[in-house]
Amino acid sequence: MPQGDYIDLHRKRYGYRPDHFERKRKKEAREVHKRSEIAQKALGIKGKMFAKKRYAEKALMKKTLAMHEESSTRHKVDDDVHEGAVPTYLLDRDNTTRAKTLSNSIKQKRKEKAGKWEVPLPKVRPVAEDEMFKVLRTGKRKTKQWKRMITKATFVGPGFTRKPPKYERFIRPSGLRFTKAHVTHPELKCTFNLEIIGVKKNPNGQMYTSLGVLTKGTIIEVNVSELGLVTPNGKVVWGKYAQVTNNPENDGCVNAVLLV
Amino acid sequence: MAMEDEAAEKNVMCLLTDPEDAPLGKSLYLPQHTGTQQLQQIVNQLLNNEDKVPYTFYIADKELNQSLGEYAEKNKISVEKVLKIVYQPQAVFRIRPVNRCSATIAGHSEAVLSVAFSPDGRQLASGSGDTTVRLWDLNTQTPLHTCSGHKNWVLCIAWSADGKYLVSGSKSGELQCWDPQTGKPAGNPLTGHKKWITGISWEPVHLSAPCRRFVSAGKDGDARIWDITLKKCVICLSGHTLAITCVKWGGDGFIYTGSQDCTIKVWETTQGKLIRELKGHGHWVNSLALSTEYVLRTGAYDHTGKQYSSPEEMKKVALERYNKMKGKAPERLVSGSDDFTMFLWEPFVSKQPKARMTGHQQLVNHVYFSPDGQWIASASFDRSVRIWNGTTGKFFGVLRGHVGAVYQISWAADSRLLLSASKDSTLKVWDIKTMKLKQDLPGHADEVYAVDWSPDGEKVASGGKDRVLKLWMG
Repeated sequence: MPQGDYIDLHRKRYGYRPDHFERKRKKEAREVHKRSEIAQKALGIKGKMFAKKRYAEKALMKKTLAMHEESSTRHKVDDDVHEGAVPTYLLDRDNTTRAKTLSNSIKQKRKEKAGKWEVPLPKVRPVAEDEMFKVLRTGKRKTKQWKRMITKATFVGPGFTRKPPKYERFIRPSGLRFTKAHVTHPELKCTFNLEIIGVKKNPNGQMYTSLGVLTKGTIIEVNVSELGLVTPNGKVVWGKYAQVTNNPENDGCVNAVLLV
Repeated sequence: MAMEDEAAEKNVMCLLTDPEDAPLGKSLYLPQHTGTQQLQQIVNQLLNNEDKVPYTFYIADKELNQSLGEYAEKNKISVEKVLKIVYQPQAVFRIRPVNRCSATIAGHSEAVLSVAFSPDGRQLASGSGDTTVRLWDLNTQTPLHTCSGHKNWVLCIAWSADGKYLVSGSKSGELQCWDPQTGKPAGNPLTGHKKWITGISWEPVHLSAPCRRFVSAGKDGDARIWDITLKKCVICLSGHTLAITCVKWGGDGFIYTGSQDCTIKVWETTQGKLIRELKGHGHWVNSLALSTEYVLRTGAYDHTGKQYSSPEEMKKVALERYNKMKGKAPERLVSGSDDFTMFLWEPFVSKQPKARMTGHQQLVNHVYFSPDGQWIASASFDRSVRIWNGTTGKFFGVLRGHVGAVYQISWAADSRLLLSASKDSTLKVWDIKTMKLKQDLPGHADEVYAVDWSPDGEKVASGGKDRVLKLWMG
């Protein structure tokens, strides 16, 4: 039998000592004085630790007190008017948050024409050509230097077939190819793993756009059909633009923010 | 001569019956070349109709649109058997389908949660999340009155069948009665419900005129009958264990409530006794509809736009209209539920449902009888609207086209067109005869929450999350 259980057994059999509760009360009354003594005496790391422990205890106590207070005081439930009114038939249903309708799809088209974007990352660091490409020496004597390997992440479409190596000027390493992006919806504040449809614009140049290079600030088109967005005409939107917000070649994933 | 003999031989034995299966006269020998027009003449003759009423004819739930001979040949019908032809009277007037947006009126500063035309179709009211009820001028298409007084979202509004009052219920559980002429509140707010109001229904005008009583349903599981002249709650109908989702005051003077506790209860209105409980659904009951609902809503007003001077006259006309609409059959009730099915009930014949209607793949949010009681339309979150036979509950067809959940539907007064409002921000007008999309009405920038087709058929009003009220016209 464990040591502490003997006292329980004894208490079960014979009851508490006659002065047990008195002693207990006194001990508890003395407790505060004892604690203050320790608090005053404790120095250095011990003092710090003690203070921290007491602080946590006190905070917890305050919280529970506030909780009790709340349950005892009566106050009207839900009196203030909330945003986002819904009709009765939707009130009891926990709506899955959903993207706002694209009331500005026309605006988006206009923007596309002008080639101007109001994007989350307006300025990007220019990437120099020698950073973007690595020169591969080819030929029997490794004297030819016309082949380039792209050192950044790329998107390669599903229908891509390689040219014969002899004519293949740019190599897009398969280890750095991405087909999916983690796209954050800025209003819903949630992230979806969406398929990339294509690279719309790489700010570093037209050539990188056509090569499908994904650098920070690149505009990509993603497949949003899962999100259930609709146009004002009631059609499902499936492609939307997003801007890459990280350096995919460093992180091993593509993070992007949806342009709404 | 020989030709005539041949023609005489090729007669088809037909029995004309009305939708309730009551035969019209004896079975007739009709020549094979009889088409729908000749059938119409025959029915009009047999019924001694003074004005010619258009009819459509159905054989085995399929519409007949060729001559009898062609039909018999196509479907290999034996000439010896009696062919049962069901005739359905159609509205003598036609409603033009709406096809354009005539006005987009801003005014509400939050989502529009409900819109309703007055029974005579001359006034329009809307309730919104900005805690106001607004009345709109239909002639100039401008805001008329702003009725503020509620403390929270205005969830439902209802016009009395004589058009003298408008009642609105809010999320804080209070009801307010308005005078639509001035836009001023008629009396203090009516309090009693502990949670938000889910539905309001007025006592039909043919039972009492002028309109005094209405019933409101609450999230707290109670339904309350209020008297507008006494300005207080007369009876509290409690018994549901969960929220009531829908309440209807039937034409026979009984109140039907559908609840989230999966039951439908029928109450008597003088003492508030529970007289029947209809069980069958496996999940929440979302919506109820009565076969006579449209007549109850419009009261004495019909498509001619006639006005009535005294309440007694109104009551008489309304009773006439109600009896004509009801016919000999008892009132039918249809309920749509979260268990994806619907039930057709005849609450005064049996406790058991008359038919179970299955087919939807998502919850049924709204059910609605066509104004002539011939069809039931059901709107579901599975993006489709389904049409069912109003008397038997048999499946008739499905209307697909929305890309989001369908929230609300509304019938045109002639029962030939149906309007649906959806989450995908569009309204769509459907033709019931061809079961096709008649008109797509894009224009809202966000979900459409409420839609109403005015009883005179001229206008459609819709409101939604984009905070504007849109008026559509034909």
